[in-house]
Amino acid sequence: MVENLLDILRNNAKESPETMAKMLGVELAEVNAAICRLEAEGVIRGWQAIINEDLVPQEHVTAVIEVRVTPEREGGFNRIAERVSKFDEVEAVYLMSGAYDLLLFVSGKNLISVARFVSEKLSTIHGVLSTATHFRLKTYKQNGVLMAKPCEDARLVVSP
Amino acid sequence: MMNAHERLARHIVDLPKSGIREFFDIVCTRHGVISLAIGEPDFDTPWHIREAAMFALEQGHSHYTGNAGLLELRQAIVKYVSSRFGGEYDPTHEVLVTVGASEGIDVALRALLNPGDEVLYHEPCFVSYAPEIAMAHGVPVAVETHVKDNFRLSVEALEAKVTPRTKALMVNFPNNPTGAVLEQADVEAIADFAIRHDLIILADEIYAELTWEGKKHVSFASVPRIHDRLILHHGYSKAWAMTGFRMAYVCAPAWIMDTMLKIHQYAIMCAPTISQYAALEAMRQPEADMAPMLRAYEQRRNYLRAAFAEAGIPMHNPAGAFYAFPDISRFGLSSREFAVRLLDAENVAVVPGTAFGACGEGFVRCSYATSMEQIKEAATRINRFVKML
Repeated sequence: MVENLLDILRNNAKESPETMAKMLGVELAEVNAAICRLEAEGVIRGWQAIINEDLVPQEHVTAVIEVRVTPEREGGFNRIAERVSKFDEVEAVYLMSGAYDLLLFVSGKNLISVARFVSEKLSTIHGVLSTATHFRLKTYKQNGVLMAKPCEDARLVVSP
Repeated sequence: MMNAHERLARHIVDLPKSGIREFFDIVCTRHGVISLAIGEPDFDTPWHIREAAMFALEQGHSHYTGNAGLLELRQAIVKYVSSRFGGEYDPTHEVLVTVGASEGIDVALRALLNPGDEVLYHEPCFVSYAPEIAMAHGVPVAVETHVKDNFRLSVEALEAKVTPRTKALMVNFPNNPTGAVLEQADVEAIADFAIRHDLIILADEIYAELTWEGKKHVSFASVPRIHDRLILHHGYSKAWAMTGFRMAYVCAPAWIMDTMLKIHQYAIMCAPTISQYAALEAMRQPEADMAPMLRAYEQRRNYLRAAFAEAGIPMHNPAGAFYAFPDISRFGLSSREFAVRLLDAENVAVVPGTAFGACGEGFVRCSYATSMEQIKEAATRINRFVKML
């Protein structure tokens, strides 16, 4: 049941518990309890909208930053990754295999504010060896959702 | 003005127009209809399959293939049929790639029937069966299925209609329009019936993958004792959401296939090559392709069942395909009246059960191959509508 519930929420976090109960063929109380449990366990970490930032008039830039760091004895990458994660500008942090160690998604009002964050805050952290910043130009797909408006349903309205 | 009845083929001129067609014309006059009347998936074909079709075009695969279809595709089909349906076929002599399952059924009937041969088929059913039998100069003999049996086909009903002229039996489970499925015992009993009366079975199992509540489809191909008298139809339209590719296949013993192949060869030559390459790609990861669609169908089905129960509309348990077939007889309207008035009052399209045979009276078909948002809105409107009756 939980797997199917998460599947529904991944597609539409706004789905009402009443509808989900019907979709899953279970009682409403069971859905509510499962959601409470998933939130308490930290499996569900939040409820957000998927927004096409390109259509939001407010000025906004996003950068992807590759960061090479020196792992620490005992702490490994965790301490530095957690420290980086605490900045409000940082939207996502991943530990990566390959040519660099951390991958950051950083957002800011404009190019300068992101550049300043990198030069003044990120690169100055003890243990950060190098950074490479790439600015996002356009979003085509995010969280599994295409940003282009879907086509109208072109199927025949009645078919056998 | 020429007289069609005198100048054209009488057995075709005399065919009734499809009940779906008539309803289609009514629905088309309206705007903003929420349609639960669509018999095809709302999902787009998985991208890697569409991409493979484009690649096939780039590669210049724009020529004929062998009559029976690409051997590589037939080999993949045989493997799939073995693992999914439990039937064993020889890819070189027992598989034919067709332009949709409808072509396969047409070719099979034309190969089987002499004028006047009777073919048993069960109603309510897909709109094409009786006309296809008639087009092949056969005599369609309807066998009713009933809600009290969850619309399963019973041997008693078949026995009542079989005659010495009966040549074949057509079966379609999971069923369009009822959503009915067969149990193992039903399949075994129908197989024995066919043996007892020396009939060929045409099994249209196009919805084979779409079964719910953990039920597993029982294929007629899984019964070895009827291998020599079974024509199995399956294709890519439903489970892979590939309706427009018109890709399907037939598996049949070589003694039947030889004759079927003649018709296909003279009438069609070969199924479209680009679509065959797309089908080949579809065979690479069927489970992964289907999983998200199947999950969505089952969730919508559960929702509709609960919504109809809430609205006081009785419904049997549709355990397969993507159709619900609620019983609307208690509202005192015919199926057609119910559908037309629902359309008028709430702009929701459902198909009158009678489009699928006379015994569909008292029912309407609601397809849940449409988005959850639309289904929710349709259910709300149907609920409101029946409260006004």
